Amino acid sequence: MSELKIPAGTGDHIQGDPQAPITLVEYGDYECPHCGAAYPIVKRVQKHFGKRMRFVFRNFPLVQAHPNAQSAAEAAEFAAAQGKFWEMHDAIYEHQQELSMDFLLRLGEKLGLEGRALAKALKDEAFAEKVRADFLGGVRSGVNGTPTFFINGHRHDGPFDYGDLVDGIEEASG
Amino acid sequence: MPQILAPGTKAPDFTLPVTADQKLSLSELRGQPVVLAFYPADWSPVCGDQMAFYNEILPEFQKHKAELMGISVDGVWCHAAFAEARHLHFPLLADFEPKGAVAKKYGVYRENDGITERALFVIDKNGTIAWSYCSPIAVNPGADGILQALEALPK
Repeated sequence: MSELKIPAGTGDHIQGDPQAPITLVEYGDYECPHCGAAYPIVKRVQKHFGKRMRFVFRNFPLVQAHPNAQSAAEAAEFAAAQGKFWEMHDAIYEHQQELSMDFLLRLGEKLGLEGRALAKALKDEAFAEKVRADFLGGVRSGVNGTPTFFINGHRHDGPFDYGDLVDGIEEASG
Repeated sequence: MPQILAPGTKAPDFTLPVTADQKLSLSELRGQPVVLAFYPADWSPVCGDQMAFYNEILPEFQKHKAELMGISVDGVWCHAAFAEARHLHFPLLADFEPKGAVAKKYGVYRENDGITERALFVIDKNGTIAWSYCSPIAVNPGADGILQALEALPK
């Protein structure tokens, strides 16, 4: 029923072949344990479909439930501005248990981003608007929790185990 | 099977407890839009939880000056514990005694299960139903339908 209102485009973080016939969009929260569980599953799904699929990640921080989700999303956007989005995205999900402001700053330094600049960007909420725009676009599209997946624009309802996602993608792409 | 009340219908008034010593009537909210979200039960799983999700969207509802209310057959103490655990910033109404009486009036009670449907109503400032939607019970309907309905209300 629910359809992605904002197609994958230039403002997005996209992995994979831009011409791929399949587009998987995830609305995710860096502190959400279900998104943490989905992270390795998405990697496997990407490997399975190879060049046939591109993957898009959009921010959907549930700030009432997760105190670090907004900062993490903004930190990943800060990294993106320096061409390091996926490094930051992956590193946060791979160390989700350690997520804190201090962790984000250390991670930034490890990735070769300037620590003080990241701290300032977070303090000034320099990327808050971008994160909010993702969030509102998600609400409009019928995101109903995290993670929410869209396969070629259609919301994937139900479980998101490896098999479920692969089946959903096979079905949607014919 | 009862039919969910359709747009254009006068929203049936009700008075239900919001806390152990506080009640709320729908008619008290006349003059502003109301979003009435029936849901099956408190304490469904964490991140996919519909009420916790609406809690995140609350500022968007408030842009339309809309009052959001959750409603289920759970009692006030259950609601209180649930609202505290999820840090909810909107009222949960207890359609507890007589059980499901308000849900029945809105055509969204599941007799066999003893719970309400997952059903949404947007009620305009004059107390008329502007939009209603009954979701499959296992599917959290999100907020896109509610926001579209709020936007379509005459200013």
